Amino acid sequence: MSASIALPAPRSRRARLWRRYGLAGIGAGIVLAWVLVAVFAPWLAPYPPDFVDVTNRLKPPSALHWLGTDALGRDCFSRLLFGARISLLAGISVVALGAAFGTLVGMVGAYARGFVDAALMRLTDLVLCFPPIILALAIAAALGIGTTNTIIAMLVVWWPKFARLARALALVQRSQDYVEAAVVLGLKPARILGRHIVPNAIGPLVVLVTLDIGNAIITFAGLSFLGLGVVPPTAEWGAMVAEGRELVEQWWVATFPGLAILSIVLGFNFLGDGVRDWLDPKARSR
Amino acid sequence: MLRTVVTRLAGAAVMAVLATLVVFLIANTVPGDPVLAQLGDIAASNPATVAEWRAKWGLDLPLWEQYLIFLRGLAQGDLGTSIASQRPVLEDIAQYAPATVELASIAFVLALGIGIPLGIAAAVWRDSWVDAMARVVSLIGVSSPTFWLAFIMLAIFYGGLQIAPGPGRLDPIAFPPDEVTGLFLIDTLLAGDWDGFHDAAAHLVLPSIVLAAATIGLITRTTRAAMLEAMGQDYVRVSRAKGMRERYTILRHVLPNALIPVVTLGGLAYANLLAGAVMTETVFSWPGLGRYTFRSAAALDFPAIMGITLVVSVTYLLVNLLVDLSYAMLDPRVRR
Repeated sequence: MSASIALPAPRSRRARLWRRYGLAGIGAGIVLAWVLVAVFAPWLAPYPPDFVDVTNRLKPPSALHWLGTDALGRDCFSRLLFGARISLLAGISVVALGAAFGTLVGMVGAYARGFVDAALMRLTDLVLCFPPIILALAIAAALGIGTTNTIIAMLVVWWPKFARLARALALVQRSQDYVEAAVVLGLKPARILGRHIVPNAIGPLVVLVTLDIGNAIITFAGLSFLGLGVVPPTAEWGAMVAEGRELVEQWWVATFPGLAILSIVLGFNFLGDGVRDWLDPKARSR
Repeated sequence: MLRTVVTRLAGAAVMAVLATLVVFLIANTVPGDPVLAQLGDIAASNPATVAEWRAKWGLDLPLWEQYLIFLRGLAQGDLGTSIASQRPVLEDIAQYAPATVELASIAFVLALGIGIPLGIAAAVWRDSWVDAMARVVSLIGVSSPTFWLAFIMLAIFYGGLQIAPGPGRLDPIAFPPDEVTGLFLIDTLLAGDWDGFHDAAAHLVLPSIVLAAATIGLITRTTRAAMLEAMGQDYVRVSRAKGMRERYTILRHVLPNALIPVVTLGGLAYANLLAGAVMTETVFSWPGLGRYTFRSAAALDFPAIMGITLVVSVTYLLVNLLVDLSYAMLDPRVRR
């Protein structure tokens, strides 16, 4: 900070801790809560998620049905709990697999240089020049609906940003003395990459991964909303919003699944911001 | 300078054509079959009908020949014929594009108009309530699923309060203006139709806010970070040391430097708004490219998808080029 601004008054330890870890803590709490909900959904849900009761269609929230019932009389609360499973699974697997593949491509390119690097980067640029949602739409439609197919479609467009970042990070490490030393010692490239370069370059990747899970959850729910995600009657948040989107009077059908998506994505974003602050002290002062 | 532009343009053209190759390969390696998606079950069970249909669309030719036919058409400015609408893809795109351009442009203006001032305020009054509010606004904007936000806005302002018009570009009983640009705001003005202009503008309010939400968040955060970065520079200290008013320092020294990264992001954001309108257009029954893309994808109408891919990726690449060029204008250091 510039010297012309008065130093902030000394803060109590508690305020400092709150400032540094507060948002990240809240984010971690939200994410953890949803993970627990996903794991224990069968025990927490008052009804089976696919239990149809047409005599109880579109009932508003009540003591019996906390979040009301949908057009088929299914309990919205139970479906919401089970929906956490799909969203977490899809978000985490897309980002984890996409990050793993992208990192591999980027690091191998940076380490190998020359032709391999150029070829891999052209491939990355090629995928990046598509608007991701359009390519994912086309692939998801072509593969047919289903959770796995949608995840595959998203993976195709998801890895390039990780490849770019990983390559940039690896290029920085590549010129460090400790890598030279490892090369001189005669270590194999795979070992140098895996044991030396990756651990030193992993910080920014972790930040991108955390911030990106929320992104992936929204995209998956969006594809699902368009009817390209899960197979009905699977309980999934995007599909649930779609089921309720014509029902303005019965607002609860679409409102709560959307709030669930919003909360879990906020959770991951808070957490990601916090992780960035820890790993990059420069960002903390911003 | 000119040489860079030409090289980049040539590169962009090659990339765009390669992009269609990717879509083409995907189209022909995945299990989905446009024949089944287009013909009904009964027609699809008759082998003769299927064969005739395949021959009509050239789907019985070897893959490389199909792609060569596409490339030959492309060289003549022909993107092929949509299987679903039976019309030239270029005509379809020309028909749907203005609605999306109008929506995305308004959303873009909204995102910059809210995001930049909010980001500046958050940086200048760092750690104040303004900063906290900016943070909340941007995080919620980035974290809201667009399709849900669209539903909520419609439910509250159209269904509940009834102060906003419903889905669509115009009132259902209104006649669209004579087409000049396809942008209703401009066409109604050209026709001197004030009621029509008012109607079109009112229909743009909710969808453009929804579409802009995520971008507002991104612009706010980027502006704030760039402002803080610039405020820590020596020239700012010098300006303050010279006794310049803080207002002058911020507007004259900090802001121009902070806007450089915002320009980069803004260019990409505009391209993304054009491409990312799928959800917003679906909920608001907006007859734009997004809905056309979705319908084409759902019908496995690959000539249409390839056409859209080409048009959109060319737009993407051109925007990127413009961003790089504007960089040189904004930042003398890049120009050397």
